[in-house]
Amino acid sequence: MKLHLKIWRQKDANSKGQMVDYPLNGIEEDMSFLEMLDVLNEQLINKGEEPVEFDHDCREGICGTCSLMINGRAHGPDTRITVCQLHMRSFKDGDEIVIEPWRAKAFPVIKDLIVDRSAFERIQQAGGYISVNTSGNPVDANAIPIEKDIADKAFNAATCIGCGACVAACKNASAMLFTSAKVSQFALLPQGQVEATQRVQNMVRQMDLEGFGNCTNTGACEVECPKGISLENIALMNSEYLAASVKA
Amino acid sequence: MGILDSKVPSGSLADKWTNHKNHIELVNPANKRNIDIIVVGTGLAGGSAAATLAELGYNVKTFCYQDSPRRAHSIAAQGGVNAAKNYQGDGDSVYRLFYDTVKGGDYRSREANVYRLAEVSTNIIDQCVAQGVPFAREYGGLLDNRSFGGVLVSRTFYAKGQTGQQLLLGAYAAMNRQIQRGKIQSHTRHEMLDIVLVDGKARGIIARNLVTGEIERHSAHAVVLATGGYGNLFFLSTYCMGANVMAAWKAHKRGAFFANPCFTQIHPTCIPVSGDHQSKLTLMSESLRNDGRIWVPKRLEDAQAIREGKLKPTQLKEEDRDYYLERRYPAFGNLVPRDVASRAAKERCDAGFGVNKTGEAVYLDFDAAIMRYGKEKALTSGMKNPDNKTVRKLGEEIVEAKYGNLFQMYEKIVDQNPYKTPMMIYPAVHYTMGGLWVDYNLQTTIPGCYAAGEANFSDHGANRLGASALMQGLADGYFVLPYTIGDYLSNDIRTGKIPTDSPEFDAAETNVTDRLKKLMSGKGEHSVDYYHKKLGKIMWNKCGMSRNAKELQEAIDEIAELRADFWENVKVPGTIDSKNQELEKAGRVADFLELGELFAKDALTRNESCGGHFREEYQTPEGEALRDDENFKFVSSWEYKGEPKDAVLHKEELVYENIELKTRSYK
Repeated sequence: MKLHLKIWRQKDANSKGQMVDYPLNGIEEDMSFLEMLDVLNEQLINKGEEPVEFDHDCREGICGTCSLMINGRAHGPDTRITVCQLHMRSFKDGDEIVIEPWRAKAFPVIKDLIVDRSAFERIQQAGGYISVNTSGNPVDANAIPIEKDIADKAFNAATCIGCGACVAACKNASAMLFTSAKVSQFALLPQGQVEATQRVQNMVRQMDLEGFGNCTNTGACEVECPKGISLENIALMNSEYLAASVKA
Repeated sequence: MGILDSKVPSGSLADKWTNHKNHIELVNPANKRNIDIIVVGTGLAGGSAAATLAELGYNVKTFCYQDSPRRAHSIAAQGGVNAAKNYQGDGDSVYRLFYDTVKGGDYRSREANVYRLAEVSTNIIDQCVAQGVPFAREYGGLLDNRSFGGVLVSRTFYAKGQTGQQLLLGAYAAMNRQIQRGKIQSHTRHEMLDIVLVDGKARGIIARNLVTGEIERHSAHAVVLATGGYGNLFFLSTYCMGANVMAAWKAHKRGAFFANPCFTQIHPTCIPVSGDHQSKLTLMSESLRNDGRIWVPKRLEDAQAIREGKLKPTQLKEEDRDYYLERRYPAFGNLVPRDVASRAAKERCDAGFGVNKTGEAVYLDFDAAIMRYGKEKALTSGMKNPDNKTVRKLGEEIVEAKYGNLFQMYEKIVDQNPYKTPMMIYPAVHYTMGGLWVDYNLQTTIPGCYAAGEANFSDHGANRLGASALMQGLADGYFVLPYTIGDYLSNDIRTGKIPTDSPEFDAAETNVTDRLKKLMSGKGEHSVDYYHKKLGKIMWNKCGMSRNAKELQEAIDEIAELRADFWENVKVPGTIDSKNQELEKAGRVADFLELGELFAKDALTRNESCGGHFREEYQTPEGEALRDDENFKFVSSWEYKGEPKDAVLHKEELVYENIELKTRSYK
């Protein structure tokens, strides 16, 4: 397969970036997208050029590290997967592929295709936990029975891998899907009830402070989310937030 | 035994841990506020340790190379976490979990450590549920279990195929709570490049800020290494791309003994290698062996026809298939431990029965399970005589609910639908049982330097059972280390802050900077990956699933040669003082090029077969591992003396007072 790559190159956070063309030959269908970039980088290194830096780690779709806009779509053309699970059989010979980092004010570029997602860290630090002592002696696990449907819903919210595709896909760069998934996971469970009011307020406040945009219900986030996190979480968070505001 | 004092407390096995906790020194809460602890690595062991230590009142600094602690590779663990809860009432107990783990490890682990692991396993589940970890539940609202290899009970708790992610998010949430309280300073995108010793004690680390390239000094009263395993030595493995041995190896070079480096787990069910471009391998959870049946064709000509694409596996009749695990091990069948299952797959493929293009794959087939579940579902839904199509449809739905994400992952990678045709799988490097030698308190041979989780060697012997890695990581982090470290730190309440402007820190920083400069100065032709791939090939071919003296010696020579070539000719672009992924990789591969040689040396020294360490010279006529308890019932613990070839072996004799040593049989 022969490809025409257009890749965002940026030396560091303070430099201006630009798109650079890289023609690439000899790509096979069963390579993953990141392995295709490995091939490019090997060639660049051998030519004495600096390789393209991109974030990646587990390469099996669960750590949430990889984060590329491919032809304008977060994690590329295939759905329900991360970039590292995308394979070259999704492309064809002669294709032009545009590769960019996540674009959002709250995710500044560190280098090339790598962005700083520490805003997500701070949102979770603001309240994404249940205040239970780890060294304590909690009650027996089965003393808290949870209806299977509820447990499954909480699990579905908890499958968020924090990659940031929702923000990248959103025209407003809103972090509502991410934050709501984190809020919902706890809000749905009995263990999370005690701190529910504070949690939603603190996390939403932090989200706003980080400079993410507002949600206008376009639903692009749900479409591009590799884990299929549902928009229902946003509805749940809004109702939690409203309830908390009334209480406060 | 001198320096290798395991510090196992006296008393009966069941009372050791309780007695030990009752008698070790404590640090009072006011003094804890004056004590700093560095935790390197934020997976299950590091994350849970950091959260608990901070909650106890210590000042904790965490370091991880990822951009978030939540991304550590514990996240990728799929199947589950073991605990002796006996919720299923199937005869499980702390003793049975202990026994299974020691036997599963082929009698090469320390009894007291394993018993403690089994003992605290139940707390893990209580703890995680209290934190809101969404484990799978039954319709009655109680927790569900499943079964894993090498055991006859269902004691594995799970959250679909992503138990690791849910447990790590739990530990990460506990960390976040402490970060918010100011008790943890989290340093992400940082890599530890050296450990600093002052008066023989671990007192800090040198780290590199991976964004700016800045070299930083961090001091503490103790250093905890929870940096995972070293399976990336093999280049291709189920590890994440960044996994490395740097922290453990630097500690080794400063005096921490490295134990059983050759004990590596090769996991039987991974997606086979598809080509030279491959960068990593993907695991298909062991939980699939609950329902999947493993087979190859009975006849060589069928295997060949399948390889050539002339025959489809679904066309092969039942009687023409060889369910070799069920045939060889009727008692455990498809659920034999990983080392046994991996070797059996290799044996069939070496004999010419492999089923993919390269002949290195076997089938994992869900057809029987789909039909069985479908039939049950049809009956419970009130259908009297359902046709095959309906049964299959219902069955596929149930299999999807159980393993949906794994099946999807398989389909995305291989481009085949595993509901319709059997999966192809082959063994791959997955875990390392070896690691830094630690005593009962998880302290290495460097005072004040602790190792937790996969980074230490202590609990899994020569083979780890499925769903036990998560258990050990959390046991070490939540329930063991936070207690035992207090015993050591109780001597530090008057020490005061450790300065970072000491000659020891100066020397360590110079050492680090010199090495980085040396890595950048190679003028050769080859990238870091070139060397890493070469090393991986040597490791896989000569130190992999089966080993022999001749090839191990060759491996030692070849790795030493490759290492010399690397330092002369490696090509690292970019600069030291900026983000530079190639430089990061170079440092990691340089360590692997040393560890690899020690690994081969360890394997060559151990003249027996046990667990994942299979020496071709030592096997039974049926091809099973032949252990030598008389001469090798010890932990190999290596002391650094310059070149890997000069490493000195210290033995910790293993004592079995509660378990009778037997030939491990799963027949």
